[in-house]
Amino acid sequence: MLLIACPNCGKRPETEFRCGGQAHIARPADPMTVDDGGWSEHLFVRANPKGVHAERWCHIHGCGRWFNALRDTISDRFIETYPIGEQPKSGVKPGTILGTSSATQSEARA
Amino acid sequence: MAQPFRLSRGGRVDRTRPIVFAFNGKPVHGYAGDTVASALLANGIHLVGRSFKYHRPRGILSHGPDEPSALLSVDRGPGRIDPNNRASVVEARSGLRTTSQNHWPSLEFDVGAVNDLLSPVFVAGFYYKTFMWPRKFWDRVYEPFIRAAAGLGKAPTQADPDRYANRHAHCDVLVVGAGPAGLAAALAAARTGKRVILADEGAEPGGSLLHDTTSQIDGRPAADWLTETLAELDGRENVILLPRTTAFGYYNHNHVAMTERVTDHLTSAAGQAPRERLWQVRAGEVVLAGGAHERPLVFADNDRPGILLAESLRVFLNRYGVAPGRKLVFATSGASAYRAALDARAAGLDVTLVDLRLESDCGPELAQLRGAGVEVLTGHTVVGSKGRKRVTGLIVAPVGSDGRCGGRRILPCDCVGMSGGWTPAVHLFSQSRGKLRYDDAIDAFVPSISAQAERSAGAARGIYDLAACLTDGFAAGAAAAGSDERQAFKATETLTGFQPVRIMPTDANPTKVRAFVDYQNDVTAKDIKLAVREGFQSIEHVKRYTTTGMATDQGKTSNMNALGIVAGQLDKALPAVGTTTFRPPYTPVTFGALVGPARHALFDPIRTTPIHEWAEAHGALFENVALWRRAWYFPKAGEDLHAAVARECKAVRENVGIFDASTLGKIEIVGRDAAEFMNRLYINPWTKLAPGRCRYGLMLKEDGYILDDGVVARVSDECFHVTTTTGGAARVLGHMEDYLQTEWPELEVFLTSTTEQWAVIALQGPKARDVIAPLVDGIDLSPEAFPHMAMRTGMICGVPTRLFRVSFTGELGFEINVPSDHARAVWEAVFEAGQAHGITPYGTETMHVLRAEKGYIIVGQETDGTVTPDDVGMAGMIPKAKKDFVGKRSLARPDVVASGRKQLVGLMTDDPKLVLDEGAQIVADTNQPIPMRMLGHVTSSYWSANCGRSIALALVEGGRERMNGHLHVTTPDGFTRVTVCEPVFFDVQGERINA
Repeated sequence: MLLIACPNCGKRPETEFRCGGQAHIARPADPMTVDDGGWSEHLFVRANPKGVHAERWCHIHGCGRWFNALRDTISDRFIETYPIGEQPKSGVKPGTILGTSSATQSEARA
Repeated sequence: MAQPFRLSRGGRVDRTRPIVFAFNGKPVHGYAGDTVASALLANGIHLVGRSFKYHRPRGILSHGPDEPSALLSVDRGPGRIDPNNRASVVEARSGLRTTSQNHWPSLEFDVGAVNDLLSPVFVAGFYYKTFMWPRKFWDRVYEPFIRAAAGLGKAPTQADPDRYANRHAHCDVLVVGAGPAGLAAALAAARTGKRVILADEGAEPGGSLLHDTTSQIDGRPAADWLTETLAELDGRENVILLPRTTAFGYYNHNHVAMTERVTDHLTSAAGQAPRERLWQVRAGEVVLAGGAHERPLVFADNDRPGILLAESLRVFLNRYGVAPGRKLVFATSGASAYRAALDARAAGLDVTLVDLRLESDCGPELAQLRGAGVEVLTGHTVVGSKGRKRVTGLIVAPVGSDGRCGGRRILPCDCVGMSGGWTPAVHLFSQSRGKLRYDDAIDAFVPSISAQAERSAGAARGIYDLAACLTDGFAAGAAAAGSDERQAFKATETLTGFQPVRIMPTDANPTKVRAFVDYQNDVTAKDIKLAVREGFQSIEHVKRYTTTGMATDQGKTSNMNALGIVAGQLDKALPAVGTTTFRPPYTPVTFGALVGPARHALFDPIRTTPIHEWAEAHGALFENVALWRRAWYFPKAGEDLHAAVARECKAVRENVGIFDASTLGKIEIVGRDAAEFMNRLYINPWTKLAPGRCRYGLMLKEDGYILDDGVVARVSDECFHVTTTTGGAARVLGHMEDYLQTEWPELEVFLTSTTEQWAVIALQGPKARDVIAPLVDGIDLSPEAFPHMAMRTGMICGVPTRLFRVSFTGELGFEINVPSDHARAVWEAVFEAGQAHGITPYGTETMHVLRAEKGYIIVGQETDGTVTPDDVGMAGMIPKAKKDFVGKRSLARPDVVASGRKQLVGLMTDDPKLVLDEGAQIVADTNQPIPMRMLGHVTSSYWSANCGRSIALALVEGGRERMNGHLHVTTPDGFTRVTVCEPVFFDVQGERINA
């Protein structure tokens, strides 16, 4: 079970959260001007990276607030959580594959 | 009380506390501290089961959790029967009834043993090769046969009467395994003051120290060091010491699941103690000190009862004071078995040792054992065993460095201890997603790169020397606790010399030899070689094809031998073959422990309305709707569902009915931008809806499909009272919050669930107004002042109300919203006032029929997540001028605007008495070939007492263009013809609602 740091409540077990899929997909300002291809892209096409992934999470059984998170899909390690509407502070780019060298142990303990 | 194989002294059993349990109906005597296995062996019982596939006689192989063969059904009383328990871990106690498995008619004489003679037939992949043709045999012949043969042991048939607990715990350091390394780790961590949990699967912590009668640690006997260490740990408030607790799963972010067996070992369970407790531990750091498992040697007929692992034999001798035999032969390719042989010799037993290694490859253990007067045959292989239900001899032969065998010799014996080396228990490490590394020196995979805050210590990472284990464990524990403290332990040297061997060299025809690798699934070395010959190269494929390692023991004893054989056949290095994936649970876990208290009433919360008890008192039957219990119908004496519903339906249309609609989801939407928010979320327009007016709202997902619906009242300019479907309340609130927080945070809107705050009493029927008129204050109920789809605030029975004039029946109707605390009183007052008007309580079934008579949809019944507003005839609700709302763009998608979509229609059967099945398929032509082209399905179907016939709603391809046409619907008796009609069956003009 993941341990997720809600920006409002602190670390809480995964069962308190709901995952909302890929983050940073803004609803087009005027959807009616988007062509069919662009709209189907917006609706259905999502990244499925091996490595760092930006996701939306909601602390549904806690404060009820949505937030964003960077999670490494290889190790399930959370790099950071950050408020909706903001960009990650760590500067780690989604899609990055983090090393599994000896650094991993100290990172795992971070 | 004979226990003929109990040694006269020694062991940790309590000889002052005799116990007796049953094995196959016969009493077996032992002592407190025995396992079922040790007590059986003390009585000379080796034959304890029949193997899975070949029904071969099997005995006890091991002393611990890796036991593959000695699987018993344990009966602890009514409802407490548990199959497939390892005799080596079940603590013996009086009152237990144990039985062997997989034989008929008896363990001694088993008809199934004919399979053993047929073994040339039952090769690897037997099922895949055999049960293929002819096709028509699949269901009637092959499946029953396979089902009958599958599975080991009998599943219990009664409900489990025991209680199971669930506990969450946090600690700084979790130590798994209380052997030398784990104890030292716990000691080091505990001394820093950090919170420590030390869990061990055994009844007694200590691991190998419990049977190490000769080693010294820091100048005193190992047993004394163990006592002192446990006393120190026990005395510390920051340490939780958990015996009988198996860490079985290592999950994300240091979440470790463990089961604690609390009462199974007690003759009478103490009070309310649970049988087992599931621990869910979130640990800052984890130290894995689970030790290592011994490998069997792979030689012909290595599965005879009486053939044990060498170290297990030593455990039975030293820990339980039991001699598994009087004339022992040890067979080994390493030094560790010499220690077992020495201890056996010291116990006065007749001992011979056979070592595959050449004289020159052996270490000091050789001279040591010979010095004790034991015959040691170095450079000898084992080519087979004698006996059937018990080993009577081991067939050995000298083997040269070229692998050729010399003359055979039979060593008569009644027990064999074998050792093919050791395999570190890396299960939990691998579950934590750590990466393994193959260590050539010990021929084993050991933990390499950690993925989580965890470290392995001692034998779990291939360190076998006692002093080294203690020192390593201490360092791991200290480091886990963030301390630099180190301690070097001094202990008697452990001899660890070892030569890896895959299959013992033999002079026999290898295609005839049955040398078992996986004892539980009856997989032989020959099977694995065959799988490789047939083209399986991946170890994961070989595993599934041969089923090696797939039994409940997950191949603890067999995996390395299987890997080695595959690598040999493929001529690859072992690390190039790799390991199979280790998955939880480490050992079998009871369903009870996983379920915990979540049974019966605690399985799921049950939601009831304030009217629930009234409905119960008035004879209602209930149905489950989401978590709610809703009154289904109110039968009078002698009425069945149909009679009650017919009566209720007529009563509503003729007089008045009262219905508990409290389960409707309710959301209060307030704020400066409330109307704008509503505009964006619903297909409907809200800006111009006047306060005090209601509107039916339809909500889509962004993909254009209907998500939910409900009546919305505008309470004031900045306040909407939204209702949702009963099952959709949480989903709709979540959907709204998602958009509000993540897409439109600039909107000043606040969403509050008020489902539980407002109870809703629906009063429906031509006399509804007459009933409430005397009870309402401050609201003009006249049709002119209070038209359909209006909402007024005022008082009813002295209680504040939001009174809705709405209808889900097509009749004049009110939905009386009152604070839940007052709902029961208001309901009773309304019911009382209604007596003069023939008021009838009705339930959800009548509600469904009445709305279907009017063609009102139910989201989730007429819709299924692929239905648009136009599909159900509601496209007209969308204002042309509305530029955007959630889902609007998708309504212009090519597949949504395409013709031929399924549309909502009514269906009338030719036979008015025939009620169609909901879900029944619809076709145009019954003469077309199979598979037929299906046009849609029946979504709702009822007997309508008000129409005097059956009615149905359906989604039908191009439905609106088929009006008055005929279609055919499946029934259990074949097709029946229907006529397509408008989806409204009663009061087509809709006049009654405005009465």
